[in-house]
Amino acid sequence: MKNDRITSRSKLTLARRHLTQRLAFGFLWLAGLTAVAVLLAVVGYVVLQGAKVINLDFLLTPPRGGLSGEGGISTTIVATFYLVLLTIGIATPLGLGAAIYLAEYTGEMQGRSGLLPLLVGVARFGVETLAGIPSIIFGLFGYALFVSAMHFGFSLLSAALAGACLILPVIIRASEEALLAIPRSYREGSLALGMTQWQTVWRVVVPAALPGIVTGIVLSIGRVVSETAVFYVTLGASHKMPTSIFSPARSMALHLYYLAMDTRAFDKAMGTGAILVLSIIVINLVINFLSRRLIGEVRG
Amino acid sequence: MRIQRRYIVDRSVRYLLLLGALVSIFVVFLIGLFTLREGLPAFQEIGLGGLLGGRVWRPGREEFGLLAMTIGSILVTIGAIAFGVPLALGGAIFMAEVAPPRVRDIVRPAVELLAGIPSVVYGLFGMVVLVPLVRKIPTPGNTGFGLLSASIVLAVMILPTITNIAEDAIRAVPREFKEGSLALGMTHWQTIVGVTLPAARSGIVAAIILGIGRALGETMAMIMVIGNSIIIPKPLNNNPLTLFLSQARTLTGNIAVEISYATGLHEDALFATGVVLFVLIMLVNSLARFFMRGKPR
Repeated sequence: MKNDRITSRSKLTLARRHLTQRLAFGFLWLAGLTAVAVLLAVVGYVVLQGAKVINLDFLLTPPRGGLSGEGGISTTIVATFYLVLLTIGIATPLGLGAAIYLAEYTGEMQGRSGLLPLLVGVARFGVETLAGIPSIIFGLFGYALFVSAMHFGFSLLSAALAGACLILPVIIRASEEALLAIPRSYREGSLALGMTQWQTVWRVVVPAALPGIVTGIVLSIGRVVSETAVFYVTLGASHKMPTSIFSPARSMALHLYYLAMDTRAFDKAMGTGAILVLSIIVINLVINFLSRRLIGEVRG
Repeated sequence: MRIQRRYIVDRSVRYLLLLGALVSIFVVFLIGLFTLREGLPAFQEIGLGGLLGGRVWRPGREEFGLLAMTIGSILVTIGAIAFGVPLALGGAIFMAEVAPPRVRDIVRPAVELLAGIPSVVYGLFGMVVLVPLVRKIPTPGNTGFGLLSASIVLAVMILPTITNIAEDAIRAVPREFKEGSLALGMTHWQTIVGVTLPAARSGIVAAIILGIGRALGETMAMIMVIGNSIIIPKPLNNNPLTLFLSQARTLTGNIAVEISYATGLHEDALFATGVVLFVLIMLVNSLARFFMRGKPR
């Protein structure tokens, strides 16, 4: 009798537990698929609406500027390209150098005290802090230092310097991770052949980590293409073709902002947004391709 | 001779690289220095209390109070957390525990791509799609632009941050924990709630706090959908929820909207806004670091 009751009760709770699980998993599926749905909604809407104005003319004519919202986006494509080139050109050597030091030269300092380990700790703190600073603060900083104090004015140079500070932690983190993933045996083999540490790093470790390092750089290109706040306060707003690194300019993302806020030419803004989204998708595909290669190489 | 040169190169490169590693902290130092230096006159002239507690921001009359923007930033962040955290954590648990590999291979790139989409694109989508929808809520004074639209846009923007970090934390829970629970007859869901999530707690909390940091720092998308009125948000009628239909302005938006034409004390006050934002985000991020500490990554 008694046993029977227990079994039936436990059967009941078992059924209830399974029901709860089913409901909960239903919510989890919903949450996971919502992310996909939101992505499809945003990308789909912007690309479909944007496709209405995108044609060769849109890509090849300069914007008319002012409040009209007429014209294409040719100069903003060129400006974005220059901006990416400059920013990456400034940030990559610095970031890679920092990553190499943090990954390759700090191993023997673990747990020791002294000036050098202290500096390394400070350097790591710097990277982490920099990664958490919001982009508008980089903009303010760039405006105060590069635009005003150094008299570069609103220009590609000011914007690229401020942008380089923004993407520095991205490049450092990605490169450091890539370097750390290279097996010890690579280094030991090279050192055993009588190479110096630098020769080992430069000829053996860095080439092996190249896909990971390039992933970081491509990721940063995406950041520069989509960044707006920093460039809003450092790049100026000129819709004309930039002629030197001291020219003010307008990146695509910035152009989208001006179109949406000042001109209400939403169709052209959608067109620009579609081009932006498509370039980000291409960048993500490149990153996925690279990281798959990286995993293949380290395993193989 | 050649060996000696190799060693000289080796030595000097080492110090050159160390210099490279110190660039980041140097930039942090410069950022602190310049925003503080430019903001200092505002702190001296208006005072910390006047800046933080002042209800009126009217540059034309030299009145610079940041209370309205601070409240705006905090409210929109609360809204984004309310919408974003359940979805983001649900997504994280889904990817770490429930999703079949093939579904996960669709959701993960989607979340990555969500993180990559430019904030102006989110802003534009908000202006064109979301704002007209919100405007349909029949309340006098509702323009569609405001905290609700901004919160929804922001929730989507912080979702990838929270999902990724929380998923890592959930994955880092040792298998044995779960196996022990399952062996005791718990269902998978009971194991998740009773064992996995508590074990991953500190990582999940850190994920949410980092999400808050991102939300406080977002600029352009907020300018585009929040309306930018310098008012302390109030409910539009006697339903307290209509607070979120009110327009507002964020600290970040305050800087971006006005910096291009500001001069004198006005400019200093905008840098002071930057200092307030900087300190706020530093506090939030160090809180996140505190929760992450001791957790192997």
